[in-house]
Amino acid sequence: MDSRDKVIQPRSTRFWHEALPPLLLVCFVVLVWQTVAVRSGLSAFILPSPIQVAQATYETWDILLPAIGTTMVETSIGLGIAIVFGVVIAGVMDISNLLRRSLYPILVASQTVQILAIAPLLIIWFGFGLLPKVLVVILICFFPLAVNTADGLASADPDLVALLRSMGASRNQIWRMVRLPAAMPSFFSGLRIAVTYSVVGATIAEWVGGSAGLGLYMLRSKNALATDQVFAAIVVTSVISIGLYTLVYALERAVLPWYYTTQREEHWEGAGIY
Amino acid sequence: MRKLSVELQGVSKTFHADGQSVRSLDDLTLRIEDGEFLTLIGPSGCGKSTLFNLVVGLLEPDEGDIYLEGEICRERIGRVSYMPQRDLLLPWRNILDNVIIPLELTGVPREEARGRAQSMLPLFGLEDFANSYPSALSGGMRQRAALQRTMLAEKKILLLDEPFGALDALTRRELQGWLLEVWRRFGQTVIFITHDVEEAIYLGDRVAVMSPRPGRIVKIVDVPLPRPRRQAMITEPIFSSLLAELLEALGVTI
Ligand SMILES: Nc1ncnc2c1ncn2[C@@H]1O[C@H](COP(=O)(O)OP(=O)(O)OP(=O)(O)O)[C@@H](O)[C@H]1O
Ligand SMILES: [Mg+2]
Repeated sequence: MDSRDKVIQPRSTRFWHEALPPLLLVCFVVLVWQTVAVRSGLSAFILPSPIQVAQATYETWDILLPAIGTTMVETSIGLGIAIVFGVVIAGVMDISNLLRRSLYPILVASQTVQILAIAPLLIIWFGFGLLPKVLVVILICFFPLAVNTADGLASADPDLVALLRSMGASRNQIWRMVRLPAAMPSFFSGLRIAVTYSVVGATIAEWVGGSAGLGLYMLRSKNALATDQVFAAIVVTSVISIGLYTLVYALERAVLPWYYTTQREEHWEGAGIY
Repeated sequence: MRKLSVELQGVSKTFHADGQSVRSLDDLTLRIEDGEFLTLIGPSGCGKSTLFNLVVGLLEPDEGDIYLEGEICRERIGRVSYMPQRDLLLPWRNILDNVIIPLELTGVPREEARGRAQSMLPLFGLEDFANSYPSALSGGMRQRAALQRTMLAEKKILLLDEPFGALDALTRRELQGWLLEVWRRFGQTVIFITHDVEEAIYLGDRVAVMSPRPGRIVKIVDVPLPRPRRQAMITEPIFSSLLAELLEALGVTI
């Protein structure tokens, strides 16, 4: 092969290469937080230290764990449905220009409606159970998925489509061989945004009207002025979001190897144009 | 006279875009014999690619008729193999899976198609790259892959649109010789577009010259050089006189 061969680093080295800088930064922030919390003499009610937050997490773990479970169930179901819906709507918009022009503005408009206004309504309509939470997650996740996938489908190189047509390819074959694969990177960008919002969406819905879950835990902690527990819930929510994001990222790398060999990576030497 | 493979009879094509109309081809007539290697030169934008799109069946002429193998032909899609100006390999498929696309489209099972393509890879110098993605290949290698894909369609008529246009002189030389070799083996009818007049003479049985837009054929010259062609032939007097004649037809004054 030619000079564009890159040095392949072992997997573990690459992991540390990517994970170490943010981890160090987080450690630093936690350290500063701890120092400020202790030195400033603020009460734990205003600013609990990281150690107190960790303690709160540990002590309420028996309540936290099922809450995490509930939130995760709502998140997964909502996300799953949002993926199916998003991809289908994107496909529909790609098939018909008329549908695209009628649906796109509605999609955008749906995002301008405050989720905090919608969530109580959904609770009133559908009760305190699973359904309204799932609906909130769908509402939040659906948009980035549909829009990104639609853009991805539209981004397929028209010359590639014409070439396949010249070979006698049917519409279906062109979809399968060109449009869908071309849309995959955009779909995954949408999915990464969607998963990071999904947990927050479920939590908000629980906060507004839940009988279980992290949102309810957070609400109760707030009402009890247990600031350390509020922080504990925030940390847990973030960890779950980051975990989901990482999972999607790993999946993306496994499913789209071609996309990641195309992308110039940090450990390529120099900054040439190839 | 040999059988005709491709014939364009009084073909005109006008594009309408943004309220403007561009007359791309005007009453163009051209006949290519079976097994012939015709090279086509003309100024940029004169309608060369339009001509190919018409022959392959992606476009329909406004006026005139297109004949394939002696018969007037309206459903041309799939009859002719077209290699466009860009290599247009699918970035998500490795080289082997890229070249088998035409076979796959006609319903050949993937494994069988792979087997057939695999045995041809060495001929195209691609045996070490079967599993590489296009992005990992140099321009010359990608062009070879595009050419193998074109060949694997197993059509009797090949339309090659500036296949070597973006390559360096050395790679271009190498691929020219190699293309002639492949053509000698398989014996298809080839129409080959190029901007490079020397390349047109070196490769072609005949060279057709197009006028600036709207394109029509203004001159066709025979290339009396024997086959197989040798690089040394470009120094022969006949070569330079052809070159001068063609450049003049293109409106270049020396
Ligand atoms: N689909 C289209 N719609 C509108 N105009 C077009 C279309 N295709 C080609 N044209 C116009 O027709 C003219 C001829 O284009 P064409 O691509 O055939 O030229 P060409 O001889 O292949 O040029 P080049 O040597 O630069 O490749 C150009 O002016 C181009 O802008
Ligand atoms: Mg062209």
